[in-house]
Amino acid sequence: MLIKRASDIRSSEITPESVYRSRREFLQTAAAGAIGAYAGASLLADDLWAQAAIVGVKKSPLSTTEEAHTWEQVTQYNNFYEFGTQKSDPARYAGQLKVKPWTVKVDGMVAKPVDYALEDLIKPHQLEERVYRFRCVEAWSAVIPWVGFPLADLIKRVQPQGKAAYVAFTTLQRPVEMPGQRTGSLDWPYVEGLRMDEAMHPLTILATGIFGKELPNQNGAPIRLVVPWKYGFKSIKSIVRISFVEKMPPTSWNIANAAEYGFYSNVNPMVGHPRWSQARETRLGSFVKNKPTLMFNGYADQVAKLYDGMDLKKFY
Amino acid sequence: MSAGAMRAVKVLVWAACIWPGANLFYNAFWGDLGVNPVETLEHTSGETALVILLCSLAITPVRRLTGWNRLQSLRRLLGLWAFFYALAHLSFYILFDQACLYWADCQLKAVVDDVMKRKFILSGMVAFFAMLPLALTSTKGWIRRLGKRWQTLHRLAYVAGAAGAIHFIWKTKVPETKPYLYGGILLVLLAVRVAYSWRKRRAERGRVSTVKNSRNIAS
Ligand code: HEM
Repeated sequence: MLIKRASDIRSSEITPESVYRSRREFLQTAAAGAIGAYAGASLLADDLWAQAAIVGVKKSPLSTTEEAHTWEQVTQYNNFYEFGTQKSDPARYAGQLKVKPWTVKVDGMVAKPVDYALEDLIKPHQLEERVYRFRCVEAWSAVIPWVGFPLADLIKRVQPQGKAAYVAFTTLQRPVEMPGQRTGSLDWPYVEGLRMDEAMHPLTILATGIFGKELPNQNGAPIRLVVPWKYGFKSIKSIVRISFVEKMPPTSWNIANAAEYGFYSNVNPMVGHPRWSQARETRLGSFVKNKPTLMFNGYADQVAKLYDGMDLKKFY
Repeated sequence: MSAGAMRAVKVLVWAACIWPGANLFYNAFWGDLGVNPVETLEHTSGETALVILLCSLAITPVRRLTGWNRLQSLRRLLGLWAFFYALAHLSFYILFDQACLYWADCQLKAVVDDVMKRKFILSGMVAFFAMLPLALTSTKGWIRRLGKRWQTLHRLAYVAGAAGAIHFIWKTKVPETKPYLYGGILLVLLAVRVAYSWRKRRAERGRVSTVKNSRNIAS
C-alpha cells in the first residue's frame, strides 16, 4: 500500500501557520473587546480565548506533522445530531448543555464497575496532545489537535473479564438541553462500539480537549472517543457510559440505516457509500474535493493488521 | 392588477432571484463561504434552483385564483432563473465536487460512476435534463414554432420539480423537514393542476353535449 507522506499534500489545502496564528490573535482581541458589550453572551463560550486551558499536556509521537485546522473550523462545523442536523446547529445550541458535574458509568464484564466523577476518571492518566486526521463519512476531513489519553489505559485500570469482547459507549440523553433529541432524527441515546482490540489500540483515545483547551460542548464535551482510522461518527461524543460486553453492541447509524453504515466503518477509499464516493475528500477550507482518501485514513501501517483476513467490502 | 404594479412585482422578483447568487459571489470573493466551501456552493445553488422552480410552478394557480393575468409573464422569468441556478449547481458539482477544476484530478469515469451508482445523483440529473429543453424553448420563436406542443413539452417542469424534490429527500442522511416540505408543495401544485384540467375537460364535454342536444331539437 502506498501511503502519501505529509510533504505530498498540496500546501494550499492547509491553512498556513501564520494565518492560523493571526486569526487566533484577532479572535482574542475581538473577544476581549466584546466582553464589555456582551458579558455572559453565549458567543464567548465558542471562543478559544474563553475556553479553559488544560495543563500538563505531553506531546505525542503518534501525532501527524500536518498543519492543524483552525479553532473556528473545528468548532463551527460539526455533526452532533443531538443538537440538530445542520452543521451550524451544534455551535448554536450546545451552549445550553451543562457538563458539570459529569459522571461516567463503567460497567458490564469488569472486575471493578464504577461510577466515575469525570475528574476521577481523568486524574490518573497522563494527558497527551494527539494531532490526528479526522475523516467524516460525508467525504470531508480535518486535522485536529486533540488532548486525551489512550482508552487502553482506562481499560487496564478497570480490568475487563476475559469474555468481554467489545466495548459499548453511550452518549448523554438529556432532551431538555439537547434539542435534537426532541426530534426523531436518530434513536436516542446515541450508542457506539468497538471490538476489544480496536479499543485497546494505542491510537484510540478518550479526548477531553482540543487545541490545549477543554472541549467545547459542540465537540463532545466533556469526554469523547477518538478513533482516527474510522469515520467520524464512530468517535462518540459526551460519553456517560462505557460497558464491557460479550456480543457486538448496536451502533446508532447502523440502526438508522444498516445498508449504509456498518459496525466497523473503517475509512476505506475502495468501498463507496451508497450516496457518495469515498475515493476523495475535501480538506476543510479547500475549494475542491480532490484529496485522495487514504486506506484507514492514513493509519494503515498501525491498524491494518487488526483486520487481517477480513473482507472489508463485507464488513464495512 | 395595473401595469405599474406588475412592473414593481417584476423588480422584486429580479431582486429576489439575483440575491442568493450575488450573496454567494460576494462571499466567495471575500473567501467567506464557510468551513466547507464545496458544500456551501452546492447546497445554496441546489436549494435556490428548487425553490425558484416551485415558485414558477405556482404562478399559474395564483393567477387563476387572483385573476391577475399579468402575473403569467413571471413564469418564464422564474423558470429561467431556476435553470440558471441548476446550471451553476451542476457546474459546482463538476468543478469542485468532482475536482474537474484541476484537469489532472478530473476523472470522467468517476462522474459516470456517480450517476450510475447513486440514485440521489441520478435524480438530480433527471431534474436538470428535464429543465434543459424548457430553457432552450423559452423564446417567442420556439413558442410559435411548437404551437400546442409547447404546452405539452412544458409539463416537464413538473417532472423537474418532482425529481428535484426527490433528489433532496434522497440526499439527506436522516429524514428532515425541508425536503419533505418542498415535496409536499410540489404535490399540492400538481393536484391543483390536475383538478383544474379535469374540471376544464368536464366543462368542455358539457358544452359539446349541449351543442348536440340543440342540434337534435333543430332537426
Ligand atoms: C445536474 C445534476 C445534478 C447533480 C449531479 C446534483 C448533485 C448534487 C450534490 C452533489 C448535492 C450535495 C449533496 C451533499 O452535499 O450531500 C446536491 C444537493 C442538492 N441539489 Fe442537486 N444536483 C443536480 C441537479 C439538481 C437540480 C436540477 C436541482 C433543483 C431542481 C437540485 C437541487 C438540490 C438540492 C435542493 C440540494 C440540497 C441542498 C441542501 O442540502 O441544502 N439539484 N445536488
